[in-house]
Amino acid sequence: MMKLVKKMSRVFLLAGISLFALTGCHGSKDRTSFEIPGEFDTSKNYEITFWAKNDTNITQTKIYEKAIEDFEAIYPNIKVNLRLYTDYGKIYNDVITNIATDTTPNVCITYPDHIATYMTGEDTVVPLDELMVDEKYGLGGSEVLFDGPTKDEIIPQFLKEGVLNNVQYALPYMRSTEACYINKTYVEALGYTIPDVLTWDFIWEVSEAAMKTDADGNFLVNGQNIMIPFIYKSTDNMMIQMLKQKEAGYSDENGNIFIFNDTTKDILYTVAEHVKTKAFSTFKISSYPGNFLNAGQCIFAIDSTAGATWLGTDAPLSDIHEDQIVEFETVVRMIPQFDTNNPKMISQGPSVCIFNKENKQEVLASWLFTQYLLTNEVQIAYSQTEGYVPVTLKAQNSAEYQDYLSRSGEDNDLYYSIKIDAAKLLLEHVGDTFVTPVFNGSASLRNAAGQMIENVAKSTRRKEVVDDAYMDKLYSDMVSLYRLNLEGGSMAEGKADLGKLPTASVALIATLATVWGLMIVYVVHEKAKKKRKS
Amino acid sequence: MKKLTAFLLTLLLAFGLVACGGEDKKDDAGTENVTDNTADDTADNTADDTADDTADTTVDVQAKSEGVMTYAEYAAADIDTQVVIEAFVQGKQAYYESQGTATVYAQDADGAYFMYDMTCAAEDYDKLTVGTKIKVTGYKAEWSGEVEIVDATFEIMEGTWVAEAKDVTSLLGTDDLINSQNQLVKFAGLTVAPSTGADGSEVAWTYGWDASGQEGDDLYFNVSINDQTYQFLVESYLCGSDSDVYKAVKELKVGDTVDLEGFLYWYNGVNPHITSVTVK
Repeated sequence: MMKLVKKMSRVFLLAGISLFALTGCHGSKDRTSFEIPGEFDTSKNYEITFWAKNDTNITQTKIYEKAIEDFEAIYPNIKVNLRLYTDYGKIYNDVITNIATDTTPNVCITYPDHIATYMTGEDTVVPLDELMVDEKYGLGGSEVLFDGPTKDEIIPQFLKEGVLNNVQYALPYMRSTEACYINKTYVEALGYTIPDVLTWDFIWEVSEAAMKTDADGNFLVNGQNIMIPFIYKSTDNMMIQMLKQKEAGYSDENGNIFIFNDTTKDILYTVAEHVKTKAFSTFKISSYPGNFLNAGQCIFAIDSTAGATWLGTDAPLSDIHEDQIVEFETVVRMIPQFDTNNPKMISQGPSVCIFNKENKQEVLASWLFTQYLLTNEVQIAYSQTEGYVPVTLKAQNSAEYQDYLSRSGEDNDLYYSIKIDAAKLLLEHVGDTFVTPVFNGSASLRNAAGQMIENVAKSTRRKEVVDDAYMDKLYSDMVSLYRLNLEGGSMAEGKADLGKLPTASVALIATLATVWGLMIVYVVHEKAKKKRKS
Repeated sequence: MKKLTAFLLTLLLAFGLVACGGEDKKDDAGTENVTDNTADDTADNTADDTADDTADTTVDVQAKSEGVMTYAEYAAADIDTQVVIEAFVQGKQAYYESQGTATVYAQDADGAYFMYDMTCAAEDYDKLTVGTKIKVTGYKAEWSGEVEIVDATFEIMEGTWVAEAKDVTSLLGTDDLINSQNQLVKFAGLTVAPSTGADGSEVAWTYGWDASGQEGDDLYFNVSINDQTYQFLVESYLCGSDSDVYKAVKELKVGDTVDLEGFLYWYNGVNPHITSVTVK
């Protein structure tokens, strides 16, 4: 029997090895970790793909195209193919899908939360630490053929946001935060004065005051039959920032999740209170805050500073018909705070990562292009398209950028005052910004944070009872919906269903079970035989 | 005997592994099609099919089950209230695999419905072919003027019916147009009006509303009638770049006279999602 067990063990060992080998083959191209080549080979041509995000803004598209054209002029052996997205989520989904087929882009605009998931594939994302300081091809390196920033010239706080597990996996490309765009005319008509630093209490109070109607049901403040005084675009950010301001739990670097706490519950009750009176709504429920603000149907619109060109009476971009736009004075403030002496606001905006490829020269070409995105030409031009700020001191301190800031209000296009005010807001408060911990599962947790506000808002509008029992169920639903592992990240990003076990796997498991079963039967049979003999 | 047993067990294991190997190839092939828009099953041929697919005379497929609202009751229902409707799929706009949700146009003899992000398993999405009758339970909502059913679930019912496109040309620019919201509609004799291209030149269509997009993005174009100009689009999730209508719109020229068919979507005003175009 020992012989047989040994023999079978060998078979299982071989089967196991084969199985590992098969598994290893699937989806892998035997890629190795990236090592910086000694020289960039300019005698060969390289074609790289760049997946970028624009805010449905043709100027941004043109800047990307010009950046590529200029870069290709400097490096004629590198061709950059641009693929444009208007949604970070779509980029994320496409990258995930393409990791499986080893068809990722070379360079990709992304969020650090997303990179944490991309990194579940081995050597998928190129670590940048060594590249950044490489003497020849690093930031400001001797062989770099354009005037890019040195490592020290990247705003340290923004640079740090691309560090995961102590490794730099992304460089910042643009930074923004959220701002509150306010119809000052209406606030003052309601008898209030806008403070320098908004508080949540102030916003709720003014919003409720704006709900008074006349006998015909028209709102007194705007004379229209529609008024949603306070609309929040990103409820993910709303919850995250409120918790941060209250120093309440959210998550930690190890992926431990603390969001399901009493402070969160209090915030959700407050949301319910103001949804009930219809003084508050969200983008997902009602639509873009800017559309309501510009139509005189909203007083406090919280949106990204990167959306500033869509907000205000004189906004250069608009989704609503000209005859719907109402004249009012617009002002920009930080998002509301719980502690006005210790403001907190999120740092957000696109970062860039590089995907590993078998051809190391191709990866080096990708790195050179990534660096090019940090040159003053690209940084200043792109930041001016919205309320973004450049991520390098080199660009921020340049005469060109300072001149741009100083010309706020000269026109309602490049120098649109609301856009420049929004950018200044971030420039003046970089030290008050924060980011949430990044881990495999942090993107799901972020979604859950916003979804809780959305669910409470919808339930309140539908006249469902929102009480402690509701909250308990909500918490439990979020854990299961977003597959959150409360003691370390998520079980899987998103709600990806692994689906049924493939037929082959079922067959293999069944075979193994049968073989083991027969072995056990054999052993028992042999033992019984031995016993009978003895 | 021992040798024989060992041999048989090894053979069994080998068979198991062989079966596994064959299946791997199939999985690989299945994951290659990564960026293809799979949600393009639209009602391109609805007008032609109408006569064949309408209800037979013995069963009234339009009849509502118990507890199901008529279209009039649905239209009268307040926003944020629960609604239960029965209607026939006329077009599928998108399937979001990661969420397990589908966005679907459906219609009955009296009006149309837009189900946004309706819970739907991948295998059920394939069953939602044009004409399929579904019973939907969800909440009525409004987003930028578009009335829709959200947080919905559905079940497939017996019966099929395909709507004939309703000619709403004469309603363009009137307050009555909104009453046909989400319906399969047609516009006859419109003239393609100029749009502004990425380089500022006059063009017949653009990728994205401001020409900021690329191949595969929504196609926008302007049409005019009675001295009024309207912006229409080919919504890329509904009709992707491989669809006939996407290709046809890219062939349009300013001044062409066209007949158009599509769904009467709303976004801060009428925003038709075109599914077919015929140049006269």
